[in-house]
Amino acid sequence: MTTNILLCGVGGQGTLLASNLLAECAMEAGFDVKKSEIHGMAQRGGSVVSHVRFGEKIDSPIIRKGECDILLSFEELESIRWAEYLKKDGLIITNSQHILPMSVSAGNAVYPKNIQEILSSKSIQTIAVDAIGKAKELGNQKCLNVVLVGLLAKRLPMIDEKIWPEMIKKMLPEKLQKLNLEAFQAGRNIA
Amino acid sequence: MKHNGKRAFLSGNAAIARGAWEAGIRFASAYPGTPSTEILEHCGEYAEIDAQWAVNEKTAMETVIGAAYGGARSLCAQKHVGLNVAADPFFTVSYTGVNAGLVIVTADDPGMHSSQNEQDNRNYAMMAKMPMFEPSDSQEAKDMTIAAIEISEKYDTPVIIRTTTRVSHSESIVELSERKEAPEREFVKDMAKYCVLPNNARKLHVKVEARQKALAELGCKIEFNRIEKTSSKIGIITSGISYCHAKEVFPDVSYLKLGFSYPFPTELIKKFASEVETLIVIEENDPFIETAVRAMGINCIGKDRIPVCGELNPDIIHESLKEFTEKQMPETVKFEGLDIPLRPPVLCPGCPHRGVFYTLRKLNCTVTGDIGCYSLGAFAPHNAMHTIVCMGASVTNALGIEKAMKEKIHGKLVAVMGESTFMHSGMTGLLDTVYNKGRHVTMILDNSITAMTGHQPNPASGKTLKGEPTKALNIENLCKALGFDNVHVVDPFDLVSVESTLKTALKDEQPSVIITKRPCILLKDYKPKVRLVSINRDKCVKCGMCQKLGCPAIEVNPEDGKTVINQALCVHCGLCAKVCRPGAITQAEEEVK
Repeated sequence: MTTNILLCGVGGQGTLLASNLLAECAMEAGFDVKKSEIHGMAQRGGSVVSHVRFGEKIDSPIIRKGECDILLSFEELESIRWAEYLKKDGLIITNSQHILPMSVSAGNAVYPKNIQEILSSKSIQTIAVDAIGKAKELGNQKCLNVVLVGLLAKRLPMIDEKIWPEMIKKMLPEKLQKLNLEAFQAGRNIA
Repeated sequence: MKHNGKRAFLSGNAAIARGAWEAGIRFASAYPGTPSTEILEHCGEYAEIDAQWAVNEKTAMETVIGAAYGGARSLCAQKHVGLNVAADPFFTVSYTGVNAGLVIVTADDPGMHSSQNEQDNRNYAMMAKMPMFEPSDSQEAKDMTIAAIEISEKYDTPVIIRTTTRVSHSESIVELSERKEAPEREFVKDMAKYCVLPNNARKLHVKVEARQKALAELGCKIEFNRIEKTSSKIGIITSGISYCHAKEVFPDVSYLKLGFSYPFPTELIKKFASEVETLIVIEENDPFIETAVRAMGINCIGKDRIPVCGELNPDIIHESLKEFTEKQMPETVKFEGLDIPLRPPVLCPGCPHRGVFYTLRKLNCTVTGDIGCYSLGAFAPHNAMHTIVCMGASVTNALGIEKAMKEKIHGKLVAVMGESTFMHSGMTGLLDTVYNKGRHVTMILDNSITAMTGHQPNPASGKTLKGEPTKALNIENLCKALGFDNVHVVDPFDLVSVESTLKTALKDEQPSVIITKRPCILLKDYKPKVRLVSINRDKCVKCGMCQKLGCPAIEVNPEDGKTVINQALCVHCGLCAKVCRPGAITQAEEEVK
């Protein structure tokens, strides 16, 4: 059994840390893991995507369209951009935040309305949460990525729940650990 | 580095650096270039490796050749087009061979995620007659780096490791080992080996051809070239990342996986081909292996079905070869008629380049461009870059345009490049401009760092790769020394000065250089003083001047068409306040304490 998780968002939102955390936890849980992402222009506000695949033995680091189990989206427009990767009964977990692409902010394109409705019209199960609101409540909007990882972790029973906080402690500098442990727990508790 | 006892989750690039360390490599050099950059950054994390950023790929290559001659196991790394810059020494070191082991990494970019072309550098291995490894994942990237050093010393040849973006930037699990120090290899003066004078080179070429034969034999027994035999119906020959993608689509067929793909292991390929009914070659970009297979008189399926252009993935392989499998393409959800706005990269809020492109557009200049973050100046709303060819080409392209168009272009032509590109290969073009009586204006956008590839220091930064202080180049003085009498230095946020300086320079009968100086806003230790920017929306007349800056923090409210400043993105650079005609956007006098 291979699990395919696609993480998508906008450059600067912390998707890379989230995908690292997921991959390291899957490895700790004893799985073969591959992760693929394209950097280079990532910090310049472009669309960013990370493929994380784990299971007994992983060949390609890229998830096939139609085979993604969970799409973890950091921004609502990105959730629909990458939705074609989802498998039939796949799940979208998305931050409800909107970040306008340049074409939209300049008034040359329109940010699609009712993304949630479009997704549900295709029978795609979606959990939309105000992750950035939750992160701000915790005192730092930058931890929105770990809030989202908390939401994801709850849906990955094959990774022992004790692994996640241990990995957060291992991967983050001490001064950021408390905030991110809280963010992770908050994410788990949302839905 | 992410170590987990004896195993680590590493990118292909980090794994090559780890392999370099374990193989006893002592010296490494490169010029940054996506997707190869992190190899040298990771090499720099090991105390035992003297890792350095070179001025360009050619100086990097020549330095590592010197280091290998001098007895240190060495590595250089570059993106695919970087090897073009280093091609001159690259071809010749194949003749001289090495002393200590020498690994040359080329990281290709199928799909052009961050490149100007899609050249398949496996062709360089054939042309230079140099052995080549093609790793498929991070474990192989590490193991092949170690094997490359062994082969380099045993066969007296440099060895290529060829990765692609998906190998360099994907991460997978790697088993770690300890470093093995290499014994000293003394440099012995040997004119016949190291001086490629014609009479020596003729003899060296004969040696190279003999080496090719020996390495092709090695390729038939080396563990990195393996036959995975299952059925005799379909056999796939593949290499690099294509192997991983193919396994997803065809898990049950036979494979000849070529990890050590050049010189072609002819006998092994013939053996494999004879054992299967249908032979398929799956490879990205050029028909490199396929051409060799066909030259052996063996028929195969390949580029007649699999696209040459772009990066492969399991979906493309499945679609191209669906008649050879009973598996169906996975079902996908479609959103017909839904227009999803693209989200391309943009100049960051507070980017020092913004004011330059705003002015170039305002003055309606013809702009020859170059490779860096500032290449984004070619996009709307700036539309202020009209040619981009390769590193350093801005200035020489401009010189050529002048030669062709003469008076018709005089006073309108500007070459634009960053300071790192200037040092890489722009300064020779500037010398050409002075020598050959060019008159165009060259702008050097100095943001104190090589930004596009993720902030590497360069000779103007005053810091080495290892973070040690070093002499910093004075770009202004160098331009004067190249023969420019008119060298101006301006702050790109001072739009009035940028415009007036540019106007003056364009009128000049002598060539000029304008250096715009302001650090990249993302620079870690750069903390500019902040004066808050705000908007009085009652005063906004929708003139659209602020929109011309192309700043992600400036938004149009779709309800009333007036500007909104997105405070989450704004870094208060104040450029929009400077262009706002009705004075709706203002910047506070007081600095934020």
